[in-house]
Amino acid sequence: MQQFVNVTLSGLTQGMIYAAFALALVLIWRSTRIVNFAQGSMAAATAFIALALINAGQSYWVALIVALASGFILGAVVERVIVRPVEGGPELNAVIVTLGLFVAIQALIAIIFGSSFQSFPTPFGVRGFTIGDTTILLTPTSVYIIVSVLITMALLVALFRFTRVGLAMRASAFGQEVARLLGVRVGRMLTLGWALAAVVGSLSGLLIAGGGFIYPAYMDSLIVFGFVAAVLGGLDSPVGAIVGGLILGLALSYVSGYVERGSALVNVSALVILMVVLLVRPGGLFASSTARRA
Amino acid sequence: MTDAQGSTSVSVGASAGAGARTAPGAALLEVEGLTSAYGPVRALDGVTLSAEAGRITAVLGANGAGKTTLLRTISGLVRPVAGRVTLGGEDITRAPVEAMVGKGMAHVPEGRGVIAELTVDENLRVGSLFRGKVEKSEFDRVYDIFPRIAERRDNPAHTLSGGERQMLVIGRALLAQPRILLLDEPSLGLAPRIVAQIFGLLRTLVDSEGLSVLLVEQNARSALSVADVGVVLNLGRVVVTDQARSLMADEGLRHAYLGF
Repeated sequence: MQQFVNVTLSGLTQGMIYAAFALALVLIWRSTRIVNFAQGSMAAATAFIALALINAGQSYWVALIVALASGFILGAVVERVIVRPVEGGPELNAVIVTLGLFVAIQALIAIIFGSSFQSFPTPFGVRGFTIGDTTILLTPTSVYIIVSVLITMALLVALFRFTRVGLAMRASAFGQEVARLLGVRVGRMLTLGWALAAVVGSLSGLLIAGGGFIYPAYMDSLIVFGFVAAVLGGLDSPVGAIVGGLILGLALSYVSGYVERGSALVNVSALVILMVVLLVRPGGLFASSTARRA
Repeated sequence: MTDAQGSTSVSVGASAGAGARTAPGAALLEVEGLTSAYGPVRALDGVTLSAEAGRITAVLGANGAGKTTLLRTISGLVRPVAGRVTLGGEDITRAPVEAMVGKGMAHVPEGRGVIAELTVDENLRVGSLFRGKVEKSEFDRVYDIFPRIAERRDNPAHTLSGGERQMLVIGRALLAQPRILLLDEPSLGLAPRIVAQIFGLLRTLVDSEGLSVLLVEQNARSALSVADVGVVLNLGRVVVTDQARSLMADEGLRHAYLGF
Protein backbone atom coordinates (compact mmCIF):
# COMPACT_ATOMS: atom_id res chain seq x y z
CA MET A 1 0.00 0.00 0.00
CA GLN A 2 2.72 2.37 1.00
CA GLN A 3 4.58 1.62 -2.19
CA PHE A 4 1.43 2.10 -4.28
CA VAL A 5 0.74 5.52 -2.75
CA ASN A 6 4.32 6.60 -3.25
CA VAL A 7 4.54 5.36 -6.81
CA THR A 8 1.24 7.09 -7.59
CA LEU A 9 2.36 10.36 -6.04
CA SER A 10 5.62 10.31 -7.92
CA GLY A 11 3.71 9.55 -11.13
CA LEU A 12 1.33 12.46 -10.58
CA THR A 13 4.20 14.83 -9.92
CA GLN A 14 6.08 13.78 -13.04
CA GLY A 15 2.79 13.78 -14.94
CA MET A 16 2.18 17.42 -14.02
CA ILE A 17 5.51 18.35 -15.58
CA TYR A 18 4.74 16.33 -18.73
CA ALA A 19 1.32 18.00 -18.80
CA ALA A 20 2.86 21.48 -18.66
CA PHE A 21 5.28 20.67 -21.46
CA ALA A 22 2.50 19.07 -23.52
CA LEU A 23 0.34 22.14 -22.92
CA ALA A 24 3.07 24.34 -24.35
CA LEU A 25 3.16 22.17 -27.49
CA VAL A 26 -0.63 22.23 -27.79
CA LEU A 27 -0.86 26.02 -27.43
CA ILE A 28 1.44 26.44 -30.40
CA TRP A 29 -0.10 23.64 -32.45
CA ARG A 30 -3.61 25.07 -32.00
CA SER A 31 -2.71 28.53 -33.19
CA THR A 32 -0.11 27.90 -35.88
CA ARG A 33 -0.35 24.16 -36.74
CA ILE A 34 3.34 23.77 -36.02
CA VAL A 35 4.87 21.21 -33.68
CA ASN A 36 7.57 23.17 -31.93
CA PHE A 37 10.43 20.71 -31.62
CA ALA A 38 12.59 23.55 -30.28
CA GLN A 39 10.40 23.86 -27.16
CA GLY A 40 12.76 21.70 -25.12
CA SER A 41 15.97 23.51 -25.88
CA MET A 42 14.23 26.88 -25.52
CA ALA A 43 13.19 25.80 -22.02
CA ALA A 44 16.71 24.50 -21.32
CA ALA A 45 18.14 27.90 -22.29
CA THR A 46 15.94 29.62 -19.70
CA ALA A 47 16.95 27.06 -17.05
CA PHE A 48 20.62 27.92 -17.70
CA ILE A 49 19.80 31.61 -17.35
CA ALA A 50 18.13 30.82 -14.01
CA LEU A 51 21.12 28.81 -12.84
CA ALA A 52 23.53 31.59 -13.82
CA LEU A 53 21.53 34.00 -11.65
CA ILE A 54 21.40 31.56 -8.74
CA ASN A 55 25.16 31.00 -9.00
CA ALA A 56 25.58 34.78 -8.96
CA GLY A 57 23.84 34.85 -5.58
CA GLN A 58 20.24 35.64 -6.56
CA SER A 59 17.39 33.77 -4.88
CA TYR A 60 15.60 30.89 -6.60
CA TRP A 61 12.48 33.00 -6.97
CA VAL A 62 14.21 35.89 -8.69
CA ALA A 63 15.86 33.37 -11.00
CA LEU A 64 12.50 31.71 -11.68
CA ILE A 65 10.83 34.97 -12.63
CA VAL A 66 13.71 36.08 -14.84
CA ALA A 67 13.76 32.65 -16.51
CA LEU A 68 10.03 32.74 -17.24
CA ALA A 69 10.33 36.29 -18.54
CA SER A 70 13.21 35.32 -20.79
CA GLY A 71 11.11 32.39 -21.98
CA PHE A 72 8.39 34.87 -22.94
CA ILE A 73 10.84 37.00 -24.90
CA LEU A 74 12.51 33.99 -26.49
CA GLY A 75 9.15 32.59 -27.60
CA ALA A 76 8.12 35.90 -29.14
CA VAL A 77 11.45 36.37 -30.91
CA VAL A 78 11.46 32.82 -32.25
CA GLU A 79 7.95 33.26 -33.70
CA ARG A 80 8.61 36.68 -35.20
CA VAL A 81 12.09 36.12 -36.60
CA ILE A 82 12.37 32.42 -37.34
CA VAL A 83 8.92 30.88 -37.64
CA ARG A 84 6.95 33.74 -39.27
CA PRO A 85 8.79 33.48 -42.60
CA VAL A 86 7.85 29.80 -42.99
CA GLU A 87 4.29 30.08 -41.65
CA GLY A 88 1.70 29.26 -44.28
CA GLY A 89 4.30 27.54 -46.43
CA PRO A 90 4.69 23.78 -46.83
CA GLU A 91 4.29 22.10 -43.44
CA LEU A 92 7.61 20.34 -43.67
CA ASN A 93 9.45 23.67 -43.79
CA ALA A 94 8.24 24.63 -40.33
CA VAL A 95 9.14 21.18 -38.97
CA ILE A 96 12.67 21.43 -40.33
CA VAL A 97 13.03 24.97 -39.01
CA THR A 98 12.01 24.05 -35.45
CA LEU A 99 14.22 20.94 -35.56
CA GLY A 100 17.10 23.08 -36.71
CA LEU A 101 16.40 25.56 -33.97
CA PHE A 102 16.35 22.73 -31.43
CA VAL A 103 19.87 21.72 -32.40
CA ALA A 104 21.09 25.30 -32.73
CA ILE A 105 19.90 26.42 -29.30
CA GLN A 106 21.34 23.30 -27.68
CA ALA A 107 24.71 24.04 -29.29
CA LEU A 108 24.49 27.67 -28.22
CA ILE A 109 23.84 26.63 -24.62
CA ALA A 110 26.93 24.42 -24.70
CA ILE A 111 29.01 27.29 -26.07
CA ILE A 112 27.79 29.85 -23.54
CA PHE A 113 27.27 27.77 -20.38
CA GLY A 114 29.47 24.74 -21.06
CA SER A 115 28.33 21.17 -21.50
CA SER A 116 29.17 19.74 -18.08
CA PHE A 117 26.52 18.54 -15.60
CA GLN A 118 25.57 21.33 -13.18
CA SER A 119 23.36 20.79 -10.16
CA PHE A 120 20.13 22.77 -10.09
CA PRO A 121 18.62 23.71 -6.71
CA THR A 122 15.05 23.24 -5.55
CA PRO A 123 13.47 25.76 -3.19
CA PHE A 124 11.86 23.07 -1.04
CA GLY A 125 12.93 19.83 0.58
CA VAL A 126 12.71 16.44 -1.06
CA ARG A 127 11.89 14.51 2.16
CA GLY A 128 8.48 12.95 2.48
CA PHE A 129 6.53 13.02 5.74
CA THR A 130 6.15 10.10 8.10
CA ILE A 131 3.00 8.76 9.70
CA GLY A 132 3.93 6.12 12.28
CA ASP A 133 6.52 4.07 10.46
CA THR A 134 5.22 4.63 6.92
CA THR A 135 6.83 7.32 4.85
CA ILE A 136 4.63 9.08 2.33
CA LEU A 137 6.63 10.60 -0.50
CA LEU A 138 4.54 13.71 -0.78
CA THR A 139 7.55 15.98 -0.62
CA PRO A 140 7.40 19.76 -0.38
CA THR A 141 9.03 19.84 -3.82
CA SER A 142 6.34 17.66 -5.36
CA VAL A 143 3.66 19.86 -3.76
CA TYR A 144 5.45 22.87 -5.23
CA ILE A 145 5.50 21.25 -8.69
CA ILE A 146 1.83 20.28 -8.61
CA VAL A 147 0.67 23.63 -7.26
CA SER A 148 2.75 25.74 -9.63
CA VAL A 149 1.51 23.81 -12.68
CA LEU A 150 -2.09 24.04 -11.44
CA ILE A 151 -1.75 27.81 -10.92
CA THR A 152 -0.28 28.21 -14.39
CA MET A 153 -3.15 26.25 -15.90
CA ALA A 154 -5.74 28.25 -13.98
CA LEU A 155 -4.14 31.49 -15.17
CA LEU A 156 -4.22 30.27 -18.77
CA VAL A 157 -7.86 29.24 -18.50
CA ALA A 158 -8.72 32.62 -17.00
CA LEU A 159 -6.81 34.40 -19.75
CA PHE A 160 -8.53 32.50 -22.56
CA ARG A 161 -12.00 32.46 -21.03
CA PHE A 162 -12.41 35.82 -19.39
CA THR A 163 -10.20 38.38 -21.07
CA ARG A 164 -10.45 40.25 -24.34
CA VAL A 165 -6.90 39.34 -25.29
CA GLY A 166 -7.71 35.67 -24.66
CA LEU A 167 -10.77 35.89 -26.89
CA ALA A 168 -8.72 37.58 -29.60
CA MET A 169 -6.10 34.83 -29.31
CA ARG A 170 -8.70 32.09 -29.67
CA ALA A 171 -10.34 33.87 -32.59
CA SER A 172 -6.92 34.16 -34.25
CA ALA A 173 -6.18 30.49 -33.68
CA PHE A 174 -9.49 29.16 -34.97
CA GLY A 175 -10.46 31.66 -37.66
CA GLN A 176 -7.47 33.61 -38.85
CA GLU A 177 -9.09 35.26 -41.82
CA VAL A 178 -12.35 36.10 -40.06
CA ALA A 179 -10.42 37.49 -37.10
CA ARG A 180 -8.40 39.75 -39.39
CA LEU A 181 -11.57 40.98 -41.08
CA LEU A 182 -12.96 41.79 -37.63
CA GLY A 183 -9.92 43.91 -36.84
CA VAL A 184 -7.98 41.47 -34.65
CA ARG A 185 -4.21 41.88 -35.03
CA VAL A 186 -3.73 38.20 -35.74
CA GLY A 187 0.05 38.42 -36.16
CA ARG A 188 0.46 39.89 -32.68
CA MET A 189 -1.83 37.27 -31.19
CA LEU A 190 0.23 34.45 -32.72
CA THR A 191 3.41 35.99 -31.33
CA LEU A 192 1.79 36.27 -27.92
CA GLY A 193 0.68 32.63 -28.16
CA TRP A 194 4.24 31.47 -28.83
CA ALA A 195 5.52 33.66 -26.01
CA LEU A 196 3.03 32.24 -23.51
CA ALA A 197 3.72 28.69 -24.66
CA ALA A 198 7.43 29.27 -24.14
CA VAL A 199 6.73 30.47 -20.59
CA VAL A 200 4.83 27.26 -19.83
CA GLY A 201 7.58 25.21 -21.46
CA SER A 202 10.19 27.08 -19.45
CA LEU A 203 8.30 26.35 -16.23
CA SER A 204 8.30 22.64 -17.01
CA GLY A 205 12.03 22.81 -17.72
CA LEU A 206 12.76 24.48 -14.39
CA LEU A 207 10.53 22.06 -12.47
CA ILE A 208 12.11 18.96 -13.94
CA ALA A 209 15.57 20.41 -13.30
CA GLY A 210 14.89 21.07 -9.60
CA GLY A 211 16.99 18.86 -7.33
CA GLY A 212 18.82 17.32 -10.27
CA PHE A 213 21.41 18.18 -12.86
CA ILE A 214 21.17 20.22 -16.02
CA TYR A 215 23.28 19.97 -19.15
CA PRO A 216 22.50 21.19 -22.67
CA ALA A 217 20.50 18.07 -23.61
CA TYR A 218 18.80 17.52 -20.25
CA MET A 219 15.35 18.23 -21.69
CA ASP A 220 15.55 15.52 -24.35
CA SER A 221 13.55 12.88 -22.48
CA LEU A 222 10.96 15.46 -21.41
CA ILE A 223 10.53 16.43 -25.06
CA VAL A 224 9.67 12.81 -25.87
CA PHE A 225 7.30 12.40 -22.91
CA GLY A 226 5.70 15.81 -23.44
CA PHE A 227 5.15 15.06 -27.10
CA VAL A 228 3.64 11.65 -26.29
CA ALA A 229 1.35 13.29 -23.71
CA ALA A 230 0.23 15.95 -26.20
CA VAL A 231 -0.51 13.38 -28.91
CA LEU A 232 -2.32 11.16 -26.38
CA GLY A 233 -4.62 14.07 -25.68
CA GLY A 234 -5.18 14.81 -29.34
CA LEU A 235 -2.62 17.62 -29.86
CA ASP A 236 -5.49 20.06 -30.24
CA SER A 237 -6.91 19.98 -26.75
CA PRO A 238 -5.40 21.69 -23.69
CA VAL A 239 -7.48 19.46 -21.43
CA GLY A 240 -6.24 16.48 -23.42
CA ALA A 241 -2.63 17.58 -22.91
CA ILE A 242 -3.11 17.70 -19.16
CA VAL A 243 -4.92 14.36 -18.98
CA GLY A 244 -2.36 12.85 -21.36
CA GLY A 245 0.48 14.13 -19.19
CA LEU A 246 -1.01 12.68 -16.01
CA ILE A 247 -1.80 9.32 -17.62
CA LEU A 248 1.71 9.07 -18.97
CA GLY A 249 3.26 10.13 -15.66
CA LEU A 250 1.30 7.52 -13.74
CA ALA A 251 1.86 4.75 -16.28
CA LEU A 252 5.60 5.32 -16.44
CA SER A 253 5.79 5.50 -12.66
CA TYR A 254 3.99 2.16 -12.29
CA VAL A 255 6.27 0.58 -14.88
CA SER A 256 9.41 1.74 -13.13
CA GLY A 257 8.00 1.00 -9.67
CA TYR A 258 6.49 -2.44 -10.20
CA VAL A 259 8.07 -4.04 -13.23
CA GLU A 260 11.33 -5.90 -12.83
CA ARG A 261 14.11 -3.60 -14.07
CA GLY A 262 11.24 -1.29 -15.02
CA SER A 263 13.24 1.91 -15.01
CA ALA A 264 15.03 0.65 -18.09
CA LEU A 265 11.67 0.12 -19.78
CA VAL A 266 10.29 3.61 -19.20
CA ASN A 267 11.11 4.99 -22.63
CA VAL A 268 9.83 1.87 -24.38
CA SER A 269 6.61 1.98 -22.34
CA ALA A 270 5.96 5.57 -23.45
CA LEU A 271 6.16 4.39 -27.03
CA VAL A 272 3.90 1.40 -26.38
CA ILE A 273 1.27 3.57 -24.67
CA LEU A 274 1.35 6.01 -27.57
CA MET A 275 0.93 3.22 -30.12
CA VAL A 276 -1.92 1.53 -28.26
CA VAL A 277 -3.86 4.78 -27.82
CA LEU A 278 -3.38 5.80 -31.44
CA LEU A 279 -4.50 2.35 -32.63
CA VAL A 280 -7.71 2.63 -30.61
CA ARG A 281 -8.31 6.34 -31.10
CA PRO A 282 -6.24 7.66 -34.00
CA GLY A 283 -7.15 11.26 -33.20
CA GLY A 284 -6.06 11.04 -29.59
CA LEU A 285 -8.18 10.81 -26.46
CA PHE A 286 -9.75 14.26 -26.74
CA ALA A 287 -9.99 14.71 -30.46
CA SER A 288 -13.73 15.47 -30.65
CA SER A 289 -14.59 19.04 -31.48
CA THR A 290 -16.52 19.50 -28.23
CA ALA A 291 -13.28 19.16 -26.32
CA ARG A 292 -11.56 21.76 -28.43
CA ARG A 293 -12.75 24.75 -26.46
CA ALA A 294 -11.02 26.43 -23.53
CA MET B 1 -39.91 37.86 -51.99
CA THR B 2 -42.80 40.24 -52.60
CA ASP B 3 -42.56 41.30 -48.96
CA ALA B 4 -39.02 42.50 -49.40
CA GLN B 5 -39.83 44.17 -52.69
CA GLY B 6 -42.84 45.89 -51.12
CA SER B 7 -40.87 47.35 -48.24
CA THR B 8 -38.31 48.76 -50.66
CA SER B 9 -40.57 51.42 -52.04
CA VAL B 10 -41.90 52.34 -48.61
CA SER B 11 -38.62 52.73 -46.86
CA VAL B 12 -36.00 54.14 -49.19
CA GLY B 13 -37.54 57.51 -48.44
CA ALA B 14 -37.52 56.78 -44.72
CA SER B 15 -33.79 56.19 -44.69
CA ALA B 16 -33.23 59.84 -45.53
CA GLY B 17 -33.93 60.68 -41.91
CA ALA B 18 -31.93 57.82 -40.41
CA GLY B 19 -28.83 59.92 -39.79
CA ALA B 20 -26.31 57.97 -41.84
CA ARG B 21 -22.89 59.58 -41.93
CA THR B 22 -23.01 59.83 -45.68
CA ALA B 23 -26.19 61.18 -47.24
CA PRO B 24 -28.34 58.43 -48.73
CA GLY B 25 -27.76 58.04 -52.41
CA ALA B 26 -24.29 59.59 -52.26
CA ALA B 27 -21.43 57.29 -53.25
CA LEU B 28 -19.98 55.68 -50.11
CA LEU B 29 -17.70 52.95 -51.46
CA GLU B 30 -16.09 53.64 -54.81
CA VAL B 31 -14.13 51.14 -56.84
CA GLU B 32 -12.20 52.42 -59.86
CA GLY B 33 -10.50 50.24 -62.46
CA LEU B 34 -9.82 47.49 -59.93
CA THR B 35 -7.70 44.68 -61.36
CA SER B 36 -6.63 41.55 -59.49
CA ALA B 37 -4.75 38.58 -60.77
CA TYR B 38 -3.98 35.10 -59.48
CA GLY B 39 -0.78 34.42 -61.37
CA PRO B 40 -1.45 35.04 -65.03
CA VAL B 41 -5.24 34.80 -64.59
CA ARG B 42 -7.05 38.12 -64.24
CA ALA B 43 -9.93 37.52 -61.86
CA LEU B 44 -10.88 41.20 -61.95
CA ASP B 45 -10.23 43.31 -65.00
CA GLY B 46 -10.75 47.02 -64.50
CA VAL B 47 -13.91 46.88 -62.40
CA THR B 48 -15.53 50.22 -61.66
CA LEU B 49 -18.59 50.49 -59.46
CA SER B 50 -19.91 52.46 -56.55
CA ALA B 51 -22.06 51.49 -53.61
CA GLU B 52 -24.32 54.26 -52.41
CA ALA B 53 -25.08 55.08 -48.82
CA GLY B 54 -28.33 53.71 -47.47
CA ARG B 55 -28.75 51.38 -50.43
CA ILE B 56 -28.26 47.72 -51.21
CA THR B 57 -25.98 47.22 -54.18
CA ALA B 58 -25.99 43.71 -55.56
CA VAL B 59 -23.08 42.31 -57.56
CA LEU B 60 -24.31 39.42 -59.68
CA GLY B 61 -22.83 36.92 -62.06
CA ALA B 62 -22.03 33.30 -62.65
CA ASN B 63 -19.49 31.24 -60.77
CA GLY B 64 -16.03 32.54 -61.64
CA ALA B 65 -17.25 35.98 -62.64
CA GLY B 66 -14.98 37.52 -60.02
CA LYS B 67 -17.57 38.39 -57.38
CA THR B 68 -15.74 36.92 -54.39
CA THR B 69 -12.40 38.27 -55.63
CA LEU B 70 -14.01 41.70 -55.85
CA LEU B 71 -14.98 41.67 -52.16
CA ARG B 72 -11.65 40.16 -51.12
CA THR B 73 -9.78 42.83 -53.03
CA ILE B 74 -11.89 45.63 -51.57
CA SER B 75 -11.21 44.45 -48.02
CA GLY B 76 -7.49 43.91 -48.67
CA LEU B 77 -7.34 40.11 -48.47
CA VAL B 78 -6.23 40.17 -52.10
CA ARG B 79 -3.88 42.93 -53.24
CA PRO B 80 -4.94 44.56 -56.52
CA VAL B 81 -2.61 44.87 -59.49
CA ALA B 82 -4.19 48.17 -60.42
CA GLY B 83 -7.08 50.41 -59.46
CA ARG B 84 -8.35 52.27 -56.44
CA VAL B 85 -10.84 51.74 -53.62
CA THR B 86 -12.18 54.66 -51.61
CA LEU B 87 -14.53 54.61 -48.63
CA GLY B 88 -16.26 57.91 -47.86
CA GLY B 89 -13.59 59.66 -49.94
CA GLU B 90 -10.64 58.05 -48.13
CA ASP B 91 -8.29 55.94 -50.25
CA ILE B 92 -8.18 52.50 -48.62
CA THR B 93 -6.60 50.56 -51.50
CA ARG B 94 -3.44 49.69 -49.54
CA ALA B 95 -4.85 49.73 -46.00
CA PRO B 96 -4.17 46.56 -43.99
CA VAL B 97 -7.03 44.08 -43.66
CA GLU B 98 -7.13 44.55 -39.88
CA ALA B 99 -7.74 48.28 -40.29
CA MET B 100 -10.77 47.99 -42.57
CA VAL B 101 -13.33 47.33 -39.87
CA GLY B 102 -12.15 50.43 -38.02
CA LYS B 103 -12.72 52.48 -41.15
CA GLY B 104 -16.33 51.30 -41.23
CA MET B 105 -16.21 48.29 -43.53
CA ALA B 106 -17.44 44.88 -42.33
CA HIS B 107 -16.75 42.01 -44.71
CA VAL B 108 -18.65 38.78 -44.11
CA PRO B 109 -16.75 36.20 -46.17
CA GLU B 110 -18.22 33.35 -48.16
CA GLY B 111 -19.09 30.17 -46.28
CA ARG B 112 -20.64 31.86 -43.23
CA GLY B 113 -17.41 32.81 -41.46
CA VAL B 114 -18.43 31.71 -37.98
CA ILE B 115 -15.60 30.66 -35.71
CA ALA B 116 -16.89 27.16 -35.04
CA GLU B 117 -14.96 26.55 -31.82
CA LEU B 118 -16.25 29.69 -30.10
CA THR B 119 -19.73 30.05 -28.64
CA VAL B 120 -22.35 32.23 -30.29
CA ASP B 121 -21.81 34.92 -27.69
CA GLU B 122 -18.02 34.80 -28.10
CA ASN B 123 -18.40 35.11 -31.86
CA LEU B 124 -20.39 38.29 -31.34
CA ARG B 125 -17.84 39.63 -28.89
CA VAL B 126 -15.03 39.12 -31.41
CA GLY B 127 -16.98 41.45 -33.70
CA SER B 128 -16.80 44.26 -31.16
CA LEU B 129 -13.25 43.64 -29.89
CA PHE B 130 -11.64 46.40 -31.89
CA ARG B 131 -14.03 48.99 -30.43
CA GLY B 132 -12.95 48.46 -26.83
CA LYS B 133 -15.72 48.23 -24.27
CA VAL B 134 -19.15 47.83 -25.80
CA GLU B 135 -22.47 48.31 -23.99
CA LYS B 136 -24.45 45.17 -23.25
CA SER B 137 -27.45 46.84 -24.86
CA GLU B 138 -25.78 46.54 -28.25
CA PHE B 139 -25.58 42.76 -27.84
CA ASP B 140 -29.19 42.70 -26.68
CA ARG B 141 -30.14 44.60 -29.80
CA VAL B 142 -28.50 41.96 -32.04
CA TYR B 143 -30.24 39.22 -30.07
CA ASP B 144 -33.53 41.10 -30.51
CA ILE B 145 -33.01 41.20 -34.26
CA PHE B 146 -32.09 37.51 -34.35
CA PRO B 147 -34.02 35.76 -31.56
CA ARG B 148 -33.02 32.36 -32.92
CA ILE B 149 -29.38 32.86 -32.07
CA ALA B 150 -30.27 34.44 -28.73
CA GLU B 151 -31.62 31.07 -27.59
CA ARG B 152 -28.30 29.48 -28.43
CA ARG B 153 -25.90 32.12 -27.19
CA ASP B 154 -23.86 29.75 -25.00
CA ASN B 155 -23.67 26.94 -27.56
CA PRO B 156 -20.59 26.42 -29.70
CA ALA B 157 -21.15 27.95 -33.12
CA HIS B 158 -20.56 24.63 -34.89
CA THR B 159 -23.92 23.44 -33.55
CA LEU B 160 -25.84 26.13 -35.47
CA SER B 161 -27.77 25.50 -38.68
CA GLY B 162 -26.77 27.25 -41.89
CA GLY B 163 -29.40 29.96 -41.48
CA GLU B 164 -28.44 30.56 -37.87
CA ARG B 165 -24.80 30.87 -38.86
CA GLN B 166 -25.70 33.50 -41.42
CA MET B 167 -27.68 35.40 -38.79
CA LEU B 168 -24.75 35.15 -36.40
CA VAL B 169 -22.22 36.55 -38.86
CA ILE B 170 -24.53 39.39 -39.88
CA GLY B 171 -25.19 40.16 -36.23
CA ARG B 172 -21.46 40.05 -35.54
CA ALA B 173 -20.82 42.44 -38.41
CA LEU B 174 -23.47 44.82 -37.03
CA LEU B 175 -21.63 44.95 -33.69
CA ALA B 176 -18.71 46.45 -35.57
CA GLN B 177 -21.07 49.36 -36.40
CA PRO B 178 -20.08 49.41 -40.04
CA ARG B 179 -20.96 52.10 -42.55
CA ILE B 180 -20.97 49.44 -45.22
CA LEU B 181 -21.53 45.72 -44.98
CA LEU B 182 -19.89 43.47 -47.57
CA LEU B 183 -21.81 40.19 -47.84
CA ASP B 184 -20.49 37.28 -49.86
CA GLU B 185 -23.16 34.78 -51.01
CA PRO B 186 -25.32 34.89 -47.88
CA SER B 187 -27.95 32.70 -49.58
CA LEU B 188 -25.53 29.85 -50.32
CA GLY B 189 -27.01 26.53 -49.22
CA LEU B 190 -30.01 28.08 -47.44
CA ALA B 191 -33.67 27.22 -47.92
CA PRO B 192 -35.57 29.88 -49.92
CA ARG B 193 -37.70 30.75 -46.88
CA ILE B 194 -34.58 31.48 -44.79
CA VAL B 195 -33.06 33.49 -47.64
CA ALA B 196 -36.20 35.62 -47.86
CA GLN B 197 -36.13 36.14 -44.09
CA ILE B 198 -32.48 37.21 -44.05
CA PHE B 199 -32.83 39.48 -47.07
CA GLY B 200 -35.96 41.02 -45.53
CA LEU B 201 -33.99 41.78 -42.38
CA LEU B 202 -31.20 43.36 -44.41
CA ARG B 203 -33.72 45.59 -46.14
CA THR B 204 -35.13 46.66 -42.78
CA LEU B 205 -31.65 47.44 -41.40
CA VAL B 206 -30.79 49.47 -44.48
CA ASP B 207 -34.03 51.40 -44.34
CA SER B 208 -34.26 52.00 -40.63
CA GLU B 209 -30.60 52.36 -39.64
CA GLY B 210 -29.05 53.82 -42.76
CA LEU B 211 -26.79 50.81 -43.23
CA SER B 212 -25.26 50.35 -46.69
CA VAL B 213 -24.76 46.93 -48.20
CA LEU B 214 -22.63 45.57 -51.01
CA LEU B 215 -24.11 42.17 -51.66
CA VAL B 216 -22.45 39.53 -53.82
CA GLU B 217 -24.85 36.84 -55.01
CA GLN B 218 -25.15 34.04 -57.49
CA ASN B 219 -28.83 33.80 -56.60
CA ALA B 220 -29.68 36.79 -58.80
CA ARG B 221 -33.44 36.58 -58.52
CA SER B 222 -33.46 36.85 -54.71
CA ALA B 223 -30.72 39.46 -54.70
CA LEU B 224 -32.46 41.71 -57.21
CA SER B 225 -35.70 41.45 -55.28
CA VAL B 226 -34.06 43.11 -52.28
CA ALA B 227 -31.41 45.32 -53.90
CA ASP B 228 -31.69 48.91 -55.13
CA VAL B 229 -28.90 48.70 -57.69
CA GLY B 230 -27.48 45.72 -59.54
CA VAL B 231 -24.04 45.29 -61.10
CA VAL B 232 -23.54 42.34 -63.44
CA LEU B 233 -20.03 40.89 -63.65
CA ASN B 234 -18.81 38.50 -66.28
CA LEU B 235 -15.26 37.13 -66.51
CA GLY B 236 -13.96 39.88 -64.25
CA ARG B 237 -15.57 42.81 -66.10
CA VAL B 238 -18.67 44.86 -65.42
CA VAL B 239 -21.30 44.09 -68.09
CA VAL B 240 -23.99 46.44 -66.91
CA THR B 241 -24.96 48.58 -63.92
CA ASP B 242 -28.57 49.58 -63.47
CA GLN B 243 -31.51 49.89 -61.11
CA ALA B 244 -32.42 46.46 -59.75
CA ARG B 245 -35.94 46.59 -61.17
CA SER B 246 -34.68 47.47 -64.64
CA LEU B 247 -32.32 44.48 -64.57
CA MET B 248 -35.20 42.34 -63.38
CA ALA B 249 -37.21 43.47 -66.41
CA ASP B 250 -34.46 42.82 -68.97
CA GLU B 251 -35.18 39.29 -70.06
CA GLY B 252 -32.27 39.00 -72.49
CA LEU B 253 -29.75 40.04 -69.85
CA ARG B 254 -31.28 37.71 -67.29
CA HIS B 255 -30.98 34.76 -69.64
CA ALA B 256 -27.46 35.64 -70.74
CA TYR B 257 -25.83 36.36 -67.38
CA LEU B 258 -28.13 35.75 -64.46
CA GLY B 259 -29.45 32.29 -65.19
CA PHE B 260 -33.15 32.90 -64.66
